[in-house]
Amino acid sequence: MSEAPSGAPFEQPASFAFTPENRAKADAYIAKYPAGRQASAVLSLLYLAQDQHDNWIPRAAMDHVAEILSMPPIRVYEVASFYTMFNLRPVGQYFLQVCTTTPCWLRGSDAVMDACKKKLGVGVGGTTADKKFTLLEVECLGACVNAPVIQVNNADFYEDLDGASTEKLIDALARGEKPPKGSVIGRQNAAPIGGPKTLTELK
Amino acid sequence: MLADNDRIFTNLYGQHDWRLAGARSRGDWDGTKDLILKGRDWIVNEVKASGLRGRGGAGFPTGLKWSFMPKTSDKPRYLVVNADESEPGTCKDRDILRFDPHKLVEGCLLAGVGMNATACYIYVRGEFYNEGLHLQTAVEEAYEAGLIGKNACDSGFDYDIYVHRGAGAYICGEEMALLESLEGRKGQPRLKPPFPAGVGLYGCPTTVNNVESIAVTPTIMRRGAPWFAGIGRPKNEGTKVFCISGHVEKPCNVEEAMGIPLKELIEKHAGGVRGGWDNLLAIIPGGASVPVLPKEICDTVLMDFDALREVKSGLGTAAVIVMDKSTDIIKAIARLSQFYKHESCGQCTPCREGTGWLWRVMERMVKGNASVAEIDMLLEVSCEIEGHTICALGDAAAWPVQGLIRHFRPEMERRIAAYRQQAVQAAE
Repeated sequence: MSEAPSGAPFEQPASFAFTPENRAKADAYIAKYPAGRQASAVLSLLYLAQDQHDNWIPRAAMDHVAEILSMPPIRVYEVASFYTMFNLRPVGQYFLQVCTTTPCWLRGSDAVMDACKKKLGVGVGGTTADKKFTLLEVECLGACVNAPVIQVNNADFYEDLDGASTEKLIDALARGEKPPKGSVIGRQNAAPIGGPKTLTELK
Repeated sequence: MLADNDRIFTNLYGQHDWRLAGARSRGDWDGTKDLILKGRDWIVNEVKASGLRGRGGAGFPTGLKWSFMPKTSDKPRYLVVNADESEPGTCKDRDILRFDPHKLVEGCLLAGVGMNATACYIYVRGEFYNEGLHLQTAVEEAYEAGLIGKNACDSGFDYDIYVHRGAGAYICGEEMALLESLEGRKGQPRLKPPFPAGVGLYGCPTTVNNVESIAVTPTIMRRGAPWFAGIGRPKNEGTKVFCISGHVEKPCNVEEAMGIPLKELIEKHAGGVRGGWDNLLAIIPGGASVPVLPKEICDTVLMDFDALREVKSGLGTAAVIVMDKSTDIIKAIARLSQFYKHESCGQCTPCREGTGWLWRVMERMVKGNASVAEIDMLLEVSCEIEGHTICALGDAAAWPVQGLIRHFRPEMERRIAAYRQQAVQAAE
C-alpha cells in the first residue's frame, strides 16, 4: 500500500547502528511491552532509525532493528514497506505531505498542490535539485475542519491553507525558518472562524 | 442547543491549560478513587445504563462490550484504545488527545477497572505526532501524581497505561488490524471469531474502544447515567463531538446533543452552508464510509444512529462533510474510491482488486466516458465486495459508490450523455 516517492537511483549505506542515545530510547520503547513481545516496538524503532538517518530508512537500519528485536529481517522489511510514514529512499530536508482526500479537496487542496508544484518545480513524489524539498500527496491527515492541510516532516500540521499561504510557507521553510504550526489564518484550533460559539459560559 | 454545562469536552478548542493542573480545575480526576472502589459491576452497569454507544463508527453499546471480558482469567487482560483516527472528515479524537488528554487517561483507568484489565495501550495514528506528545505528557503526569500505575489513586488497583505510535495506515483503525499492528506486524485484519474479548492482544482477553467512548465515561460516572441518558433520543443517548467540514461558512468541531437536526447543527455552529441552505447539494453525514445524502433528506434528518440508518446512511464517526451546488459530486465520491484503493491492505481479493476497479470505473464516470449499463455493473460489483471480506473496509469502499448511484444516478447519466454528444460532435 505504500507508494514510495520514485526518483533517481540511490545508494544504500553499508552499515547502520543506533547512536548510544537512540539505543537507550529503543530500550525504553521495548520495555513498554511484555517480555517476549519486543516485536511490538518495531514501529518505534523504525521511527528512531528514520530520525537518525535524514528522514529515510536504509536497509542496513532495518537489519539493525531486526537484530535488536530478534525478528527475521523480512518481517521488518514488510512492516517498513506497509506503513506509509516510513521512507525507504532519500527524501528532501522538508518533506511536504499534501492531503487531497475529499474534505481537503472540497476546500481547495488542488490550489495547494498546484502552488507546491509551481514553487518547487517538481511533481508528486519529486525532490528538488537542492534536496531541500520532497513533495508527496497523502490521504486524510485527520484535520478536516481545518482543511486544506499540509504535514511537514511527519510532525507539524499547517492548516486552513490556500495557494498564496502555501507559497509563503514554502518560502519560510526555504529560508530555514520554522513557521508556527496550526492554522495559517490565526484560527483557534478547531473552533469556528471568529472564535468559539460554545463553551463561552465556562471559565 | 446543548447547554455549556452539559458539555463534556470543555477544552475542545484548546482555550485552557490541557495539563494536569488545568484538567483538575475542570473537574477531571475528582473523586476517581471513590469511583474505582464502587467496583467493576457498578462501573459496567453505569455505562450500560447511560446508553453510551461506541463513538468510533459502529455504535455498539459500550457497557455491553465491557461485560464481555472474562470475569476471571490467569492471563493479562488489556484495554486497547483506538486513537488511529483516519476516517476522512473526522478530527474529533485529535482534539481530545491534544486538549483533553486527562479525560482519556482517567477514562482508561476507570474502564480498566470496569473490565478488570491489567494494562492499557493507546494506539495513536502516526501523523498525530504532536497530539501523541500531549497524551504522553498526560500519562507521565498521571504516573507522577500516583493516579495510575501501582496502587492507582490509592485504590489498591494496579494499572499501567502506554502510548503506542502507529505509522500511517487507515486499516489500523479496524480493531483486529490494530491488534496485529500493535504486535509488530503489518496491519492486516484477523478473522473473527475468536473475538478480542476471548483472544485479543498477545492472545489475551482484550477490549478495543474508541477515544471518545472512553473519554466520556468518567463524566458519565460522576454525573450519573440518568444525566447522559437524558440527552438525545432512546437508544441514541448522550452528547457527541461533531466535525463539520467542507462547504460551510465556518468549519468546526462542536459537541452537541445526539439527535440534533442536521440542518440546525450546520446553521447554528458552522455558519450555515456556503451561499445558504438552498445552495446545498449533498452531505456525507458520518465520515467517508457512509452513503451520501441529497438535500431533500438533509432538510429534516436527525443526527443519530437510528435516524441515519433509516435513510440508508449512518452516523459513523459523526463527521459531516458538506457539499454545495458547485461540487462535482461524482468526482467527490471518486476521490473516496481512490482513498479506499490506497488503503486496502491487500489481504482479501474482493477488496484488493475491487477497490482498484471501483476507482478506475469511477474515474471514467467523472468524465462520462462510460455506458449507462456500466452504472448497473458498478452497483453490482460494489455489492459483490460488500460483505465478502474479512473486515469492513470492503463495505466502506462500496457504500459511498452505492449512495452516489442511489441519489445521483441522473447526474451520472447526464454526464455520460454529454460525453457522447461531445464525441459525436468532435467526429463530425
